[in-house]
Amino acid sequence: MLMAGSGLIFIGFVLLHMYGNLKAFAGHDAFDEYAHHLRTMGTPILPESGALWIIRTVLVLSLVVHVYAAVTLWRRARRARTVRYQVKKHTGAIFASRLMRWGGVTLLLFIIWHLLNFTIGKVNVQGGATNDPYNLLVDTFDTWWLTLIYLLAMTMLGAHLHHGTWSAMQTLGLTGTERARVRSKRLAFAVAVVVTGGFSLVPIFVLAGVITK
Amino acid sequence: MRVTLKIWRQPDAATAGAMHTYELDTVSPDMSFLEMLDVLNEQLNAAGEEPIAFDSDCREGICGMCGLMINGEPHGPEVTTTCQLHMRSFKDGDEITIEPWRSDAFPVVRDLCVDRGAFDRIIQSGGFISVNTGSAPEAHSIQVPKEAADRAFDAATCIGCGACVAACPNGSASLFMGAKITHLGELPQGQAERDNRVVSMVSQHDHEGFGGCTNIGECTAACPKEIPLDVISQMNRDLRKALQHGH
Amino acid sequence: MPDTTTTSDPSYHVPAEGESDDAAGYYVPGEPIVDTKAPGGPIDERWSTRKFEARLVNPANRRKLSIIIVGTGLAGASAAATLGEAGYVVKSFCYQDSPRRAHSIAAQGGINAAKNYKEDGDSVHRLFYDTVKGGDYRSRESNVYRLAEVSTNIIDQCVAQGVPFAREYGGLLDNRSFGGVQVSRTFYARGQTGQQLLIGAYQALERQVQAGTVTTYTRHEMLELIVVDDGEGKKRARGIIARDMVTGAIETHLADVVVLASGGYGNVFYLSTNAMGSNVTASWRAHRKGAYMANPCYTQIHPTCIPVTGSHQSKLTLMSESLRNDGRIWVPKKKEDCDKDPRSIPEEDRDYYLERIYPSFGNLVPRDIASRAAKYQCDDGRGVGPEVDGVRRGVYLDFADAIARLGRDAIEEKYGNLFDMYARITGENPYEVPMRIYPAVHYVMGGLWVDYDLQSTIPGLFVTGEANFSDHGANRLGASALMQGLADGYFVLPHTIRDYLADGPFEKVAEDHPAVVEARESVQRRIEHYLTVNGTRSVDSYHRELGNIMWEYCGMERTEDGLKKAIDLIRTLRDDFHRNVKVLGSADSLNQSLEKAGRVADFLELGELMCIDALNRRESCGGHFRAESQTEDGEALRHDDLYAYVAAWEFTPEDAGESWATPMGTPVLHKEDLTYTAIEMKQRSYK
Ligand SMILES: Cc1cc2nc3c(=O)[nH]c(=O)nc-3n(C[C@H](O)[C@H](O)[C@H](O)COP(=O)(O)OP(=O)(O)OC[C@H]3O[C@@H](n4cnc5c(N)ncnc54)[C@H](O)[C@@H]3O)c2cc1C
Ligand code: HEM
Ligand code: HEM
Ligand code: SF4
Ligand code: F3S
Ligand code: FES
Repeated sequence: MLMAGSGLIFIGFVLLHMYGNLKAFAGHDAFDEYAHHLRTMGTPILPESGALWIIRTVLVLSLVVHVYAAVTLWRRARRARTVRYQVKKHTGAIFASRLMRWGGVTLLLFIIWHLLNFTIGKVNVQGGATNDPYNLLVDTFDTWWLTLIYLLAMTMLGAHLHHGTWSAMQTLGLTGTERARVRSKRLAFAVAVVVTGGFSLVPIFVLAGVITK
Repeated sequence: MRVTLKIWRQPDAATAGAMHTYELDTVSPDMSFLEMLDVLNEQLNAAGEEPIAFDSDCREGICGMCGLMINGEPHGPEVTTTCQLHMRSFKDGDEITIEPWRSDAFPVVRDLCVDRGAFDRIIQSGGFISVNTGSAPEAHSIQVPKEAADRAFDAATCIGCGACVAACPNGSASLFMGAKITHLGELPQGQAERDNRVVSMVSQHDHEGFGGCTNIGECTAACPKEIPLDVISQMNRDLRKALQHGH
Repeated sequence: MPDTTTTSDPSYHVPAEGESDDAAGYYVPGEPIVDTKAPGGPIDERWSTRKFEARLVNPANRRKLSIIIVGTGLAGASAAATLGEAGYVVKSFCYQDSPRRAHSIAAQGGINAAKNYKEDGDSVHRLFYDTVKGGDYRSRESNVYRLAEVSTNIIDQCVAQGVPFAREYGGLLDNRSFGGVQVSRTFYARGQTGQQLLIGAYQALERQVQAGTVTTYTRHEMLELIVVDDGEGKKRARGIIARDMVTGAIETHLADVVVLASGGYGNVFYLSTNAMGSNVTASWRAHRKGAYMANPCYTQIHPTCIPVTGSHQSKLTLMSESLRNDGRIWVPKKKEDCDKDPRSIPEEDRDYYLERIYPSFGNLVPRDIASRAAKYQCDDGRGVGPEVDGVRRGVYLDFADAIARLGRDAIEEKYGNLFDMYARITGENPYEVPMRIYPAVHYVMGGLWVDYDLQSTIPGLFVTGEANFSDHGANRLGASALMQGLADGYFVLPHTIRDYLADGPFEKVAEDHPAVVEARESVQRRIEHYLTVNGTRSVDSYHRELGNIMWEYCGMERTEDGLKKAIDLIRTLRDDFHRNVKVLGSADSLNQSLEKAGRVADFLELGELMCIDALNRRESCGGHFRAESQTEDGEALRHDDLYAYVAAWEFTPEDAGESWATPMGTPVLHKEDLTYTAIEMKQRSYK
């Protein structure tokens, strides 16, 4: 339940975030405006960056909860079978479902790097300016290996969400019938494809030179 | 037919076990898998080696007593129980690995036999409808829509074999538990205790040391009675509702 | 439904007194035995009278009274749950790893109850009538009436527990007609009625475990009954010796009363539809301690089972009798056709023998007739399927006509799951190739003798379910074993046992009481013996050989010569068993060979008694067919003037002392006369 709750929050955020990123197609100003809007959202009711901080707090909390739940499940699973099988086939499991844990770890690493990259550290490997989000982004993805890392991470994310979304529905008991089950499987697949696709577009297009400074 | 068998042997719960290899060349395709083991045991007995212990009783696929991990699949390659698996599912010359269910909540008793008492304890914690003998109302006073009756029935076909636990990478017994919760939860008779039932059963399940379900779905693929994953969803839903109701 | 004619058949041969005593020399006649508990009066008031007269135990005292129940099938689990609810201290035993796995789980067809939901003329009286008649007038009418009476409560109880019986679209319970009766009174849950009923009883039992009134002992096998003199000259059952099958510990469990609900002993035939572990040990040990064994030779053989494929075969699988509604049974007319593809055999070369011999009932003749007819065809060399030990044991059950007439879909709708099961086991597709079937041992009507209270001849030992002999006479109607198990456990025993317990709590028995020590030591001696014979043959090989003897000579058809031969063969085999069996491993761990050795040893004794009982009964009735007693047309012929009695056998301790080979003395026969006040005896005819 904790897992599902925090996971769903992530899904929500990721969709929002992706929408934002896609603004990169609209060019420099639109993207920067989005980055700025992130900070001014909610003003004057909230102080500058207030909404962003709320989002950040929720995200951090979710992350803690999510990782805690992941670790607990993992440990329980390990304890539930201390003697391993000599031979074990995996019938009925989609590959993504077994990738969840390693996928999760990959994502954790990615998020750390990603935050260093764009938010906290603002590392610009090309040595360019770091205070202009759009340029930072373009500089980043002009570097092929960074793009590769991002693309790999996006694939992982896709897999994680493919199973994660359906799993969350199942965990919340929204898949009680055959039809609902099929529906939520489709939804999960759609979310995964949209998110992976959506996120991947920006880096690919930057690398391909379509999106430039 | 000739087969090479790699079988887990373990004298008792306290002693470590290991795989042993046996050759058997008098196998007929009409034999059931367990009859093949019977033949091996006769051979071992004659040679002065203790026969391999494995469980079975009805040999009709209904009691749930049998259950072996065969080449990495609970109950072997077909959707059925081990006792209903036949040697015609294998080929001459095959190597077959046989292990017990592996779950710390199902300790090995000997060789291929495990103790599934944890399932009984889960049922004890709430897998029933409280009605004393003699206090039942006339049967026709309770009407059950056919759909609900059918769905309850599908869930009630669980034979408690434990293949779901054996298959689940997390060692979770959610399919077994979900089946009972769905069976009783679909019926009008089961409503009064619905919240309590799910809360106590899930807590007993966790207490027994089964893993948590992350919806991987290997359980349902291994289930000889094809209990669908919706029962886990229904269990989760019932649990969520029970928590909302303040349990 | 068969016509019934009174016994006016010209060939009816009344043997003179003495002439019929085939078993002379094999037994000693004893005093007649009477059921002292059955109340008199009108039949429909007897049970209420008995319930009213049975003394009460006040709730505070119940906590001081302890009950051991061996068996967790329908009979045992329902009793344990109900007695637990009442507040007694209950210990429940089974040899499986969970009470839910008892053999009752395998029952497919359904359970009868006189609910008359179909308004088709059913009633308690009709169910009673059908059951007595089905039992060929060899059951006790008071018991049967009670069974019919409480049948309706069973359905109420099970529905309340959540048993998912089949329902109609309107949400009400569905019924079907079963086993050749003309009313629809069988409640069912797809083909898994036994499973669903047992799970209901099991859940009720587990609820009591949680409540603390019942303790379950799984993987525990009862190996001896403890009988203790109460100081007033009465030997009462006071506990059991059980082996913890995991640790090998020999445990002593003491109680105020012991209930055996340990099921039937059909596995004496080695191959049967019973579960692998079904055994007679609990009953046989009680028999050796003084409980009489009644009608042990009454065995029910089911005609539609999947045939044997080879000597590796470990058990037989039943397919529902309903298949005979649409399938046609035949064998090739010519022996040389027997191994041909059946589809290539032209119509004129097929012998639809049931339709030929019994034109009015055809393929729907009763179980025993259909079974015997199949045996005759195969013995005659016209059986089909693989040859096992030189004989092809199988006949075709052909759906080609039905498929042509009704369409494949209709057949699939009706019998799909049975066809699938058949295909899984045989690897053949029954939609294409005719099925092969053969009879197999399915149920035993005989069992420990009990009175109306279900109490055996040992005070304090009650016997319920298939383990007792009480309700089915010489043959059981389909769907009434489940009914009996639950009737006994939920509704009968809880009332009758309290009358006995009203005298309790009985004086505590110490673990070092000589009778207890003796019981425990005898078990240890036996185990020690099996482990030290160190011979050359496996337990299973003896079991299989015993099964062959029983099937051949004490199976579907029995003759004086055959039975005598069988007794000799069994004695020799038993002697060899005790000298030459090979049981490896130790006594202090899980040891399945050791478990089997104990069971087979008891079967080897029971088998002999069954043959003696069959030898004594020189008449044909129900499941017991004596070739010497048939009409000119080969129909079973009863001799009501000579055999309208229950044969209750008393065990006599070994004449030859300590020898393992001669463990049984000459049994003593006690007869309980059967009188019918509410029904008239008729001879059946299916022509
Ligand atoms: C394939 C098949 C289909 C059937 N179909 C039907 C049907 O459709 N309708 C119908 O009415 N009847 C049917 N029957 C018959 C019916 O199932 C049985 O007669 C009935 O279930 C017997 O119930 P029971 O409780 O007496 O014993 P069982 O269910 O046999 O239970 C015996 C119990 O005793 C225990 N036990 C035995 N020995 C020992 C020991 N020494 N120590 C400890 N525990 C012991 C076992 O562990 C078990 O728990 C069918 C039978 C078979 C084989
Ligand atoms: C190609 C894909 C991605 C691009 C181009 C991208 C771009 C960015 C940018 C430019 C920022 C900085 C915004 C700002 O601070 O103004 C940012 C912040 C962030 N991104 Fe991404 N991102 C991508 C994928 C992801 C993914 C997959 C995740 C999570 C799973 C993620 C999580 C975050 C988080 C948590 C922040 C910090 C938000 C904050 O608190 O300020 N990003 N991203
Ligand atoms: C930070 C690192 C992360 C780790 C360690 C991690 C780990 C896990 C693990 C172990 C599961 C358990 C489910 C299983 O094994 O099937 C899981 C589920 C899930 N995760 Fe993550 N994850 C992480 C990040 C994310 C992110 C960034 C998202 C979304 C953008 C996400 C979305 C989900 C969802 C929706 C689920 C399903 C919840 C459920 O099972 O009910 N996770 N995660
Ligand atoms: S759910 Fe399926 S696999 Fe699990 S115990 Fe029940 S029948 Fe066996
Ligand atoms: S395989 Fe395991 S993770 Fe859940 S869906 Fe089945 S119990
Ligand atoms: S032995 Fe009963 S299900 Fe396999």
